[in-house]
Amino acid sequence: MPNKGVPVLDVKDLKTVFHTRSGEVHAVNSVSFYLRPGELLGVVGESGSGKSVTMMSLIGLLPSPPAEVRGGRVLFDGEDLLNVREERLRELRGARIGFVFQDPMTSLNPVFTVGYQIMEPLRKHMGMDKRQARVRAAELLALVGIPDADKRLSDYPHQFSGGMRQRVMIAIALACDPEVLIADEPTTALDVTIQAQILELMKDLRDKLGMAVIWITHDLGVIAGIADRVMVMYGGQVVEQAPVKELFGNPQHPYTRALLETIPSVTGERTERLHVIEGQPPILAAAPSACTFRARCVYASDRCACENPPRLTVGPAHDAACFWDPATGQPRNTEPTHTGAPNAG
Amino acid sequence: MLDDTPRTLVKVRDLKMHFPIFAGLFRRRVGEVKAVDGVSFDIIEGETLGLVGESGCGKSTCGRAVLRLYDITSGSISIDGQEIGDAGYQKLRPMRPQMQMVFQDPQASLNPRMTVARIISEPLDEHTTLSKAEKQERVYELMDAVGLNRDFANRYPHEFSGGQRQRIGIARALALNPKFIVCDEPIAALDVSIQAQVVNLLEELQDKFNLTYLFISHDLSMVRHIADRVAVMYLGKVAELAPRDALYSKPLHPYTEALLSAVPEPDPNVETRRERIILRGDVPSPAHPPQGCNFSTRCPKVMDICHQSDPDMQEVEPGHFVACHLYPPTTKPTTKNMVASEANKSIQQGE
Repeated sequence: MPNKGVPVLDVKDLKTVFHTRSGEVHAVNSVSFYLRPGELLGVVGESGSGKSVTMMSLIGLLPSPPAEVRGGRVLFDGEDLLNVREERLRELRGARIGFVFQDPMTSLNPVFTVGYQIMEPLRKHMGMDKRQARVRAAELLALVGIPDADKRLSDYPHQFSGGMRQRVMIAIALACDPEVLIADEPTTALDVTIQAQILELMKDLRDKLGMAVIWITHDLGVIAGIADRVMVMYGGQVVEQAPVKELFGNPQHPYTRALLETIPSVTGERTERLHVIEGQPPILAAAPSACTFRARCVYASDRCACENPPRLTVGPAHDAACFWDPATGQPRNTEPTHTGAPNAG
Repeated sequence: MLDDTPRTLVKVRDLKMHFPIFAGLFRRRVGEVKAVDGVSFDIIEGETLGLVGESGCGKSTCGRAVLRLYDITSGSISIDGQEIGDAGYQKLRPMRPQMQMVFQDPQASLNPRMTVARIISEPLDEHTTLSKAEKQERVYELMDAVGLNRDFANRYPHEFSGGQRQRIGIARALALNPKFIVCDEPIAALDVSIQAQVVNLLEELQDKFNLTYLFISHDLSMVRHIADRVAVMYLGKVAELAPRDALYSKPLHPYTEALLSAVPEPDPNVETRRERIILRGDVPSPAHPPQGCNFSTRCPKVMDICHQSDPDMQEVEPGHFVACHLYPPTTKPTTKNMVASEANKSIQQGE
């Protein structure tokens, strides 16, 4: 498990706001995190928790308006992605930062062949000519496990099944050997058996290519299987961040704890009733001035209503944004120190 | 959950639902999609039968066909002793109140131009002669039962969240005191924390009103929670049908085994050690199912006989049915099956 080195991606205080007819929606509120080379960072959260919007805003994929990235810094290889020109971003996207979208049905262009779509980044970013690109495209298709790759290059997306289309998407994202791959719910639209195939493939490819991956999902089971480190998001904020075993073994934030309790399992004890988190996730019309989870939290105290808990260090490489300490059942007494910067961990 | 005299409420025998394919200039019939191809099961009163499978395996079609939302190709369906497989529109209509459905997409299944009160009372308008005040009272009762605030009766579906919309759909299904409800992926469109709320509600209502569910889902862990017995479908056929605990602890069909092993466990310690059975390839098209056993193209334990003949459903343990050549028939073994049993002695020793 790669654990050392300068982060390839370092995000600080990212804020994204959407302008809607009924006012502003604060989708990302001061999100800070980092990604080390070769690491797989899992990002979990319910829909509307801001996980996709965070990743889209850091590579400038959100349409503006309505979206506005209001502040923060995204350091990628020493360059602040929020302050570079559009042309520069275009050079980076696809070449050094790959993106796999959730829906393999709609993210491929139906009127171009699969081969053309894999060759496009190769010719744009790598300066290959048509013949070289075609050879490489066939290699890529074979790499993601599509049989008869050479022939299938001239097929159109509708001739592929859902799982195979997602493989094609991964092949496109991998085309230029990116340093960072952002995968936004890449298996959510797929069946479990196909999901298992894609997960297996991802593990394989990481070993082979050694890129850093951000894997966005709402499925804790998937995260448990592939992530090195996990970040839990709620209400547009990072509420907990820890190495995967630590997070599942010793969850600190009440939301993480509740989330782990609500999901039934196919093995082990079967509970008579499922644990529930009552209520709904919030929609934030303003930057949060109090804990966003307090309305659904059983441990909420007066302090939670008047102060937004900062990310407190609760263990080695483990931080949680909560005043409550599950070990003692009492409020915590820690300095608000954590900023998301990589420390010796 | 089962009382002393378990009564079969729903009996489905050899249900087939084939959709024709038309092609060419004259739109001639060139084939058919065998969405459901010979499915049989019973549902006992008060129990939940889980129906699981991958997308495209025909589980939703099966659920809809059981309620006769389609004109079925062949087979028999009896609900509460009444045969409805071949019943016409006139005969079906008075029986509709007994059998209801909760749909997958709470957004699409609620009319956006009707208030919640009108949506819930629509079945009452159609099937009862209650007065306006009585209907109003019944709507409030139902809203209480599913945990919706009475004050929201005059709001429109778009003003509610996904979980609340699903509650509206459930209230509508309950309006006529049905005995049997088909839940077609009722939680698939909801967030994890909301899924648990809806599943708990369904269980509560089952206890309260003695409901019988056919719970269709692709989420094996949720089905394990809610179902008493589970049927696993693959390409239009039931591969395995067993009591919940037997199915999850000792799956007999190779497909069930693979399906269970593909479900990720929310525990990193288990996940890193686990040996997964990875199925190669995709589900074949139901328009051109493979010869012999439907699963033969992806089965890790495939044998010669699987490509030739389709295995029959048989009871290998009390209440545990499986359709696979790995388990040769115990009664009247034919020569063909004997060959299979010879070939599989080693595998059978787990029995």
